[in-house]
Amino acid sequence: MQWTKKDVLDIESLSVDEIEFIFETAFGLKEISERPIKKVPTLRGQTIVLLFLEPSTRTRVSFDIAAKRLSADSIAIAAASSSIVKGETLIDTAKNLQAMKPDILVVRHSSAGAPHLLARNLDISVVNAGDGMHAHPTQALLDMMTVKENKGRIDGLKVSIIGDIAHSRVARSNIAGFTKMGARVSVAGPPTMMPAGIEQLGAYVAPDMDAAVSEADVIILLRIQKERQRRFLFPTEREYAASYGLNAARLRRIKPDALILHPGPINRGVEIAPEAADGPHSVILDQVTNGVALRMALFYLLAGGVRDANVD
Amino acid sequence: MQMWIKGGRVLDPEEFDGPADILVEDGRIARVQPAGQGNEADFPPDAEVIDARDLLVVPGLVDMHVHLRQPGYEYKETIETGTRAAAAGGFTAVCCMPNTSPVNDSESVTRFILQEAGRLGYARVYPVGAVSVGLEGRQLAEFGDLKAAGAVGVSDDGQPVSDAQLMRRALEYARGIGICVISHCEEMALAGGAMNEGAVSTRLGLAGIPNAAESIMVMRDIALSELTSTPVHIAHVSTRQSVEAIRAAKAASIAVTAETAPHYFTLTHEAVNAYDTHAKMNPPLRTEADRQAVIAGLADGTIDAVATDHAPHGVLDKELEFDQAANGIIGLETALSLGLRLVEAGHLSLRQLVSAMSKNPARIIKKTCGLVPGLPADITLIDLSARYTYHAADGYSKARNTPFDGWQFKGRARYTIVGGQKVFDSQNHANL
Ligand SMILES: [Zn+2]
Repeated sequence: MQWTKKDVLDIESLSVDEIEFIFETAFGLKEISERPIKKVPTLRGQTIVLLFLEPSTRTRVSFDIAAKRLSADSIAIAAASSSIVKGETLIDTAKNLQAMKPDILVVRHSSAGAPHLLARNLDISVVNAGDGMHAHPTQALLDMMTVKENKGRIDGLKVSIIGDIAHSRVARSNIAGFTKMGARVSVAGPPTMMPAGIEQLGAYVAPDMDAAVSEADVIILLRIQKERQRRFLFPTEREYAASYGLNAARLRRIKPDALILHPGPINRGVEIAPEAADGPHSVILDQVTNGVALRMALFYLLAGGVRDANVD
Repeated sequence: MQMWIKGGRVLDPEEFDGPADILVEDGRIARVQPAGQGNEADFPPDAEVIDARDLLVVPGLVDMHVHLRQPGYEYKETIETGTRAAAAGGFTAVCCMPNTSPVNDSESVTRFILQEAGRLGYARVYPVGAVSVGLEGRQLAEFGDLKAAGAVGVSDDGQPVSDAQLMRRALEYARGIGICVISHCEEMALAGGAMNEGAVSTRLGLAGIPNAAESIMVMRDIALSELTSTPVHIAHVSTRQSVEAIRAAKAASIAVTAETAPHYFTLTHEAVNAYDTHAKMNPPLRTEADRQAVIAGLADGTIDAVATDHAPHGVLDKELEFDQAANGIIGLETALSLGLRLVEAGHLSLRQLVSAMSKNPARIIKKTCGLVPGLPADITLIDLSARYTYHAADGYSKARNTPFDGWQFKGRARYTIVGGQKVFDSQNHANL
């Protein structure tokens, strides 16, 4: 298969074949991170800009490590040091960066659609590292990769996504991704966190938490953002943990081979009990490891994917 | 100075519909002479003749909701470019909203607007003053001074009058002064999103604005209109629930009137598509069910007027992240053609559309409007069969922010006449 996409903006715009091709590439590159010298020269001379206009540590570090393992030069620009705060528009900032001839721009932005705006205005590749409540395609890809690695397949699985669906880009991208790859996706959480028309994205609304938890092959918990309490979405963390958290009691009712995923960072004791986060069902750290391989795969494919000979 | 509008179909929805000639003298309509009555010799031989054969001659269109942006935001629009756009769209009069800089909450700003509009002469401009000083929602603006200076209404448009007591007092005080109150209905605690709340906002990950954010305020203002026995005019109705509330209020003889904008009867939230900021406005584009309800509201008279909410913006205001981009689209040069689509589709009669775009809004702001001897000769001549492609870049507005760029239309203004002066000719754009 030949990679033809200029940008990776959301899951919806990727085909099943492209997603499989990304997994295949990522599984192949994963081994590099196990080597004593974790670096190949594949993308030597390529420049990758990480434009992070919303605070993030783990996603930025993951992209950064992925770039460096392939010998690309990566430059991270954070919100505080960017000229956006000085009143320059996003398009102007990005066009200035493009004028310095990077090959790939990775962008994290608090506004939904910001990466699409950039992709329309730039010639270089744009990778969406999370835009507002809209999409987080690399997270969904690494989640699916982790499930495929552990289950051998995605097709036919039952996936439950639990938590603040309304405000979660991870939920949207995972609904799109798992559904596209043949899984049945249910969502659960308090009605205050359930967005209008979620069924039209292909998700089923679980009748209750017990159904969401006990029937699932894959349970994806979303981080509860404590500041949302102030927007009247839930009364207290204690009550959230009791009503919608994967607590010890619910953990006993999950399928013996169920996987527990979480995009992190986790709130122990709120959406996820420590027994669930650290227990045998948890693949939370596998997600983080796969995240590097997955992002290496995207860089590799976007940079041309024709340098196979150089992977030594 | 005489003008002979010859051979057209004259349509004043409340007076006359048929082939007739109109004689204009000294800026006023002197005579409407049905075809076959009298003879050509009755018309002065040296009058300027406007050949109106195959044209529809209607009372000058009135747009009661326009943002002209001057003073303060001249990079978006000026009174000159805005009124030229109005003339090109067939409008002979526009009401301009007070959210300028400085805000039009004073006699002096109102007088400035009127002076500038009068000097230019492309369209009559009827200023709308602020309900509250600085649009801040704290203190009543001086309605008496505003009215004396020439304002026809008051509104805090752009934002709601959130304080129900202020709204109550504004209605009562306006009744004493004799000025119309126009309400931008939005419950701010429920608003704060970037587009309509629904399947599209969920897919795009944009914060949504539910229908209730509008209809709650419509219902409040209906209650306050009843309480104060004062008319209230609801601006830019976009939801099914608002239409239903207004219909019920009218049935109960509460003095509420309403307008909607062409985009609410033409587009739905699907137009936001891939974060197209030319489909971003407040209130937002809604669902197909809302669009149908708005059309039904126009058809049964629940909604009195079509008003554009013409909201010009610079490229820099729109070429932004969707949630950062400014609200609003330009509308003066497309409204008539979009309205005619409703007639073409059989939703409205021509007569209803003409009423909604001329006589009804004029009545709400207490201005005369009609093809009757003695009235000012504000007349729009429409070519119902003209087919054209609208290009925003060729328009008179300074702004290009429209979702209708490149649309193909049938029917447009052929001539626009204000006070007996031709201010627009679609086949001769030079130096009018
Ligand atoms: Zn408004």
